[in-house]
Amino acid sequence: MSEQTLTIDDHDHHDHGPAKGLLRWVFTTNHKDIGTLYLIFSLTMFFIGGMMAFVIRAELFQPGMQLVDPGFFNQMTTMHGLIMVFGAVMPGFVGLANWQIPLMVGAPDMALPRMNNWSFWILPFAFTMLLSTLFMGGGAPGFGWTFYAPLSTTYAPPSVTFFIFAIHMMGISSIMGAMNIIVTLFNMRAPGMGLMQMPMFAWSWLITAFLLVAVMPVLAAVVTMMLMDIHFATSFFSAAGGGDPVLFQHIFWFFGHPEVYIMILPAFGVVSEILPTFSRKKLFGYHSMVYALIAIALLSFVVWAHHMFTVGMPIGGQLFFMYATMLIAVPTGVKVFNWVATMFKGSLTFETPMLFAIAFVVLFTVGGFSGIMLAIAPVDFQYQDTYFVVAHFHYVLVPGAIFGIVAGVYYWLPKWCGKMYDESLGKMHFWLSFIGLNLTFFPMHFVGLAGMPRRVPDYALQFADFNMMASMGAFLFGTSQLIFVYLVIKAVRSGKEAAQVPWESAEGLEWTLPTPLPYHTFTTPPVIEQK
Amino acid sequence: MQRFLHQFCIALAFLIPSSVYAAWELNMPRGVTDTSNTVYDLHMLILWICVGIGVVVFGVMFWSILYHRKSQGAKAAQFHESTTVEVIWTVIPFIILIGMAVPSTTVLIDMYDSSESDIDIQVTGYQWKWQYKYLNEEIDFFSTLTTPKEEIANEQVKNPNYLLEVDNELVVPINKKVRFLFTANDVIHAWWVPELAVKKDAIPGFINESWTRINEVGTYRGQCAELCGKDHGFMPIVVKAVTQEDYDIWVAEQKATALATAAAATQDWTMEDLVAKGETVYQKNCAGCHMVDGSGLPPAFPALNGNEVVLGDIEKHIDIMVNGVPGTAMAAYGKQLSAVDLAAVITYKRNTWDNKTGEVISPADVTAFMSK
Repeated sequence: MSEQTLTIDDHDHHDHGPAKGLLRWVFTTNHKDIGTLYLIFSLTMFFIGGMMAFVIRAELFQPGMQLVDPGFFNQMTTMHGLIMVFGAVMPGFVGLANWQIPLMVGAPDMALPRMNNWSFWILPFAFTMLLSTLFMGGGAPGFGWTFYAPLSTTYAPPSVTFFIFAIHMMGISSIMGAMNIIVTLFNMRAPGMGLMQMPMFAWSWLITAFLLVAVMPVLAAVVTMMLMDIHFATSFFSAAGGGDPVLFQHIFWFFGHPEVYIMILPAFGVVSEILPTFSRKKLFGYHSMVYALIAIALLSFVVWAHHMFTVGMPIGGQLFFMYATMLIAVPTGVKVFNWVATMFKGSLTFETPMLFAIAFVVLFTVGGFSGIMLAIAPVDFQYQDTYFVVAHFHYVLVPGAIFGIVAGVYYWLPKWCGKMYDESLGKMHFWLSFIGLNLTFFPMHFVGLAGMPRRVPDYALQFADFNMMASMGAFLFGTSQLIFVYLVIKAVRSGKEAAQVPWESAEGLEWTLPTPLPYHTFTTPPVIEQK
Repeated sequence: MQRFLHQFCIALAFLIPSSVYAAWELNMPRGVTDTSNTVYDLHMLILWICVGIGVVVFGVMFWSILYHRKSQGAKAAQFHESTTVEVIWTVIPFIILIGMAVPSTTVLIDMYDSSESDIDIQVTGYQWKWQYKYLNEEIDFFSTLTTPKEEIANEQVKNPNYLLEVDNELVVPINKKVRFLFTANDVIHAWWVPELAVKKDAIPGFINESWTRINEVGTYRGQCAELCGKDHGFMPIVVKAVTQEDYDIWVAEQKATALATAAAATQDWTMEDLVAKGETVYQKNCAGCHMVDGSGLPPAFPALNGNEVVLGDIEKHIDIMVNGVPGTAMAAYGKQLSAVDLAAVITYKRNTWDNKTGEVISPADVTAFMSK
C-alpha cells in the first residue's frame, strides 16, 4: 500500500528505493515492506475469519437450524477461532512491530532481515493449508480452536493432519519473528538508549517475544503428540492405552494462557504510546508500567489450569490456580490506573487513534472484570463453557487486541504513507465498531449467565432475543470494517500530505524522521539525549 | 393479497416462539440447592465489587474526558510519576482480592466434599446422549433428546422445552445427598445443570465426582457443556426431583420395566414388528450420523443404504452393532441397547431404503452372538 508514496530522499545519497515489480514483495528484506505485508495479510485473515463469524451469527440469529448443518457449524467456530488468533491478531501485531520497532529504537532495520522475510512468507502457505481443509472429505477440523483430545485425535476428520502441519508452520513463523524482535531490541537500539528508555511499545513487544519463544514450542509439542496418537499408534491422550486426555489440556493451556497475553501485551504498548500523545502529558508511571508487564508475563505461566476448573483437579490445584489467577488482576489493575492517571489533568483531544485507545481502556477493563469473576473457581463452574466466557474473551480480544492494532494503524499511518486519513471516516469507523461490538458481545454475558453453552448451533427459546441482538450487532460490526479498508486505500491514494509530526506533542524517534518516510531510515543511528 | 396475508401470518407464527417464551433472563439462576444459592451470592458479591471498582475508575476517566479536554482550554499538568500512588493502587486491589478469595475458598471446599452420599449415580457421556446408572439399585438407562426433527428444521412450531427435553429423565429424591460419578465412553463431555450449580467434565477412562442435594420438587434442565462433536448442542440433561415416596414408586416401576424387557427378548417377533420397532431405535440412535435416509456423512459416517456390511454377512453386522468399530465414532451398542432393540434395528436396516434382504434377525440371534 505504500508503493506510490515511498520516494527517494534527496538528502541521503546512499538511499535507494524499493525494487520494481511484484517480486519486490517476495524478495524484500526491508522491515517496512515486511510490516506492510504482515498488516495486509492480517487484514485479509480478519475478513476471512469475519465471514465465518457471519455464518455463525446468521445460524444463531433464530432458534432452529436454518443455514448450515451442525457439523459445518463446528467447522466454522473452529476455523473462526484459529484464523482470528493465528492469522489476524498475531500477524497484525508482528506487522506493527516490523514497522515500528526499528523506527522507535533508531535501528536501520530488523536484526535478521532475511529471516524476517521467511517468517512472513511461511504464513500464506500455512493458512492456505489450513483453509484447504474446508474442501477435504470429512470437512475441516470441527473440534474447536482448543482442539481437545480425543475429539481431535481418535474422533477427528482426516483433515486433522493438515491442520497439525499448518499449526507447525505458524509456530515456526512466530518463533522466528519473536527471535528477530528480541535480537533487534537487545543489539540495535540507538546508542544511549538504555532498556529503561525504550518506548512502551518496544517494551511490550520484548516481553511478548519472550512469551512466544517460550510457549510456541509447547504448542508444537502438543500437536506432534496428536500426530503420533493419530498415525503412529501412541496413546498420549487415550486412556485405553495408558494415556490421559486431560494431559492434552494441561499442555495446551500451558501454551494457551501465555498466548492470551501474547495477543494483548502489544496492544498495551500501542495504547501506552497513544494516550500520552493525545493527553499532551507524559505516560504516568513508566517504570511501574514496565514492571507490571513483566509481572503479567511471569504470572501467565502459572495460571493455565483456570481454563480447566471443571476437569476434576484436586482441591489443592484448584485453589492454587484460583489464587494465582486472581493475582494477575494486580499488575493489570496497575496498568489501567496508570492509563487513567495519564489522561487525568491532561489536555485531551479525540482524534480517531485516541478514540480507539480510550475504548480499549474501558472495554478491556470490562473484559478484565469478567476475568476476575471467571477466576473464582466455585462460581466458574457456572460460567465455564458458556456464552459468558465467549463474551469475556471477545471483550479482551475485539476492543482489546483488534482495537489496539487498529489504533496503532491510525496513529502511525500518516508516518508510514506520508498521507493523512479522512478523520470523519475514521470517527465513523470508530463509532459504528464501538456500537456494533457492544451490541454483539454484551448480550452474550446475559445468555451465558442464563445458561447457554458455547459452541452450540441451536439453542433453547429463552435465549432467542439476545442472540438476535448479538447477530445484528455482529453484522453491523463486520460491515463497518469495510469503512476501514476504504479509508486506508483512500489515504494512501489521495490523502492530504501529512506533516512530519501529524499529532501535536507526539514524542518518539519515529516522529524525528521526514515525511514521506525514506525507504531506508536511521542508516546513521540517531543520538539519544541522556536524561 | 389475502394469500399474501395468509403467508405472512404463517411466517409470523414461526417468529412467535422467540418472543413468547423468551424471558429476557439477565442473570444466573439462584437454583434449588444450598450450594447453588451460595454460588449465586458469591457471584453477585464479585459482580458488585467489580461494578464498584468500575464506577471509581471510569468515573475518574470520564471526569478527565469531560473537564480536561483541550477544547475547554485545559492545560496539561506535568506530573508523571509517584511511587506512593503506585504502591497504593497495588496494595488496595490486593486486599480486595483477599476479600474475594476467603469466601470462594470456603464454598469450594464445601463443593468438594462428596462424602456420605445417600444415592450414587454413574453418569456416562456418549456421542450424543447420557447414560444414568443407579449404583445401589439395578437401574440403568439412556437419556436422549426428544425434540422432533421437524421443530429443529423449523417445520413445526417449537415447544417451550425446545432442545431441553429427553425421553428418560434422571429421577432423584429431594433432600438427599446425591453423588454423581462422571465418565464418558468416547470423547469428553460435561454434565451441567445450572439450577444445581453442578458442572463436571465426563472424561473417557477417568471418573470425576460431584454431588447435589435438591431442596425443591421440580424439573431442572441443563445441557452438555463441553464440545463433543457434531450434535454437542443436542444432548440435554433433565433432572426430575421428586419426594422420597414418589422416588420409591419410580424405582419399583423401573425394575418392573427391566423385567418386561428381559422377557421380550425370549418372545417370537414378526418382521413387521421388528421393522417398526427398529425404525424408532434407528431414529433415536443411528440417524444422527447415518442420516434418516441411510445416506450417512462419508467418509466419517458411512452410508448404510446399499452398505456392504448391511447387505452382507449377518454375523459381521451384529458384531459391528454390538462391539462397535474401534478407532472410529461407531460405538459399541451391545452395552447401550437391549437384545430386542438390536435385533429390531438390524432387521430394519436390512429391510428398508434400497436394502431388501428379506432377512429377519430375532432377539435370540443377538443373545446367541453375545453369549459366544
